[in-house]
Amino acid sequence: MRVGFFLREAVRATRRSSASSFAAVATVLVTMLMLGVFIPIVQATNGAADTVRSRVEVDVYFKSNATKADEARVRRKILNVAHVKRVMFVPKAQALKQQEKSDPAAYQLLGSNPLPDTFQVIPTNPQYVLSIRNALTPNGANGKPGTIDRSVQTVSNKKTDTKKILQVTNLVTITAAVLTVLLVLASVLLIANTIRLSLYSRRREVEVMKLVGATDWFIRWPFVIEGVVVGAAGAVLALVVLALTKVFVLDPLASSWTLIATPKTISFVALVGVLMGAGVLVSALGSGLSLRRFLRV
Amino acid sequence: MAISSRHRSRTRRRAVTAPVTTRAGGSESAAAGRGNRSVIEFRNVSKLYAGDVGLEHATFSIRSGEFVFLVGSTGSGKSTVMRLLIKELEPTDGTIRVAGHDLERIKRKRVPYFRRNVGVVFQDFKLLQNRTVYDNVAYALKVTGGTRKEIRAKVPDILRLTGLSTKLHNLPTQLSGGEQQRVSIARAFVNHPPLLLADEPTGNLDPDTSIDIMRLLYRINRTGTTVLVATHDQQMVDKMRRRVLELSRGRIVRDEAAGRYTRDETTRDLANRLRAPSAPPPGVM
Repeated sequence: MRVGFFLREAVRATRRSSASSFAAVATVLVTMLMLGVFIPIVQATNGAADTVRSRVEVDVYFKSNATKADEARVRRKILNVAHVKRVMFVPKAQALKQQEKSDPAAYQLLGSNPLPDTFQVIPTNPQYVLSIRNALTPNGANGKPGTIDRSVQTVSNKKTDTKKILQVTNLVTITAAVLTVLLVLASVLLIANTIRLSLYSRRREVEVMKLVGATDWFIRWPFVIEGVVVGAAGAVLALVVLALTKVFVLDPLASSWTLIATPKTISFVALVGVLMGAGVLVSALGSGLSLRRFLRV
Repeated sequence: MAISSRHRSRTRRRAVTAPVTTRAGGSESAAAGRGNRSVIEFRNVSKLYAGDVGLEHATFSIRSGEFVFLVGSTGSGKSTVMRLLIKELEPTDGTIRVAGHDLERIKRKRVPYFRRNVGVVFQDFKLLQNRTVYDNVAYALKVTGGTRKEIRAKVPDILRLTGLSTKLHNLPTQLSGGEQQRVSIARAFVNHPPLLLADEPTGNLDPDTSIDIMRLLYRINRTGTTVLVATHDQQMVDKMRRRVLELSRGRIVRDEAAGRYTRDETTRDLANRLRAPSAPPPGVM
């Protein structure tokens, strides 16, 4: 009886103030789309960063003019370093073949092989990666880290790569967070405005309710529900758009372009839950804001 | 802030030693049958609006079952009294008791439950324009948690009492002013509150319709409900011959508990008397 009453009142009010309701629904829709797109993206980039981090090895890149003798000398030096388990030689031709698999067209375009010969140094335990790297890059005369041999171009423990990827990840995360916060704010304010208009158009009802002795929450509930209806409508629309995108755009792509499917991302069911929850929360917040300011019961 | 004001009024209450009797002896006997219980009691109540006086040291009491007029020109404080009575306003000073409850002690959360015991009628009816007569009255029950069964039982009843049985499904815009005021009274009385307040109930109505409304209010009064009517319709007040409280610039300047009427007058007699061109001398004098 009471719930039915609240719902009827809320729907009645939503219909009456359809213009501002529409604005609020549209904003919530955009916000939820944003969330729905960015949650998987942030997860994917984080996943990529993790993959890189888990590949614990030290790569020793030779200069392009290094000779076989240089390589043999460096291999001996590396094997002398503590905690080194294995040293794998990856000739530039093999490296090229590996890279070409991921993007043949681009490497064909290059013509010559830009890749250097590489030693992949596997530590006995991942924790020794840093000490191995330090051993391979002793401080030179100028105090800066040099290399153990003049034929070695650089030594990388993927730390720099990881860092770069983390930077990108952070950038994506921060951008997403800022945009989301702004959009959430806009949604809250627009819902607050919708409720405020609704309060205004129903001030007579509110007055009568107060006069005949309706409790504060009895007066508030229809407005809270109105806000939540608006928020939920936005979230549902966003989910419909996301679902259509997933089924018609992402899924066909994923089968042909494996990269997208690789990182583990949030399941669609969980995303539905998150977005609906966020939508309802945002709208409850917006209604609450207006009710606090404009409904002195 | 609230605590300090409460404290102040408590000391004031202690200071009041003499029992408050503002009523003339004449009507005592008339009210005796209904007991001596005060439904409304104002003790030294003042209300200031940002420095302006709304009400100044008002002291009076109204007993259960009385029909009282509150008269005075615009701005004399009639509406202030009404709004204080439903705890829409807080007095600056003094104590108000309604049906034995000290209004100041009613917690904010309990105010709605308190208001269910006070019916209120206004000059501008305050009806919901997009709902039918039936729905307007049912609304009051709905929002106070009335069940469907209760609504189905009570609403037709009260609409019969107020003479609106044929207008159930009309919208307020399709009704005359008098009919709209009846709807508003029906809504105020559907819960059968022990106290009914009417703020200028005939302010927008022609004299004939006003008499009908007064007759209805009197009928409600005869069911045992205490009725307080604020009005500036001097003629009506004179003809009705009921207790009159007059306010002027926030002060109670007259409390005429005229004992010149019989409580057991029928509503028809009352209406006939009101309709008479000039009020004949009352039978009981």
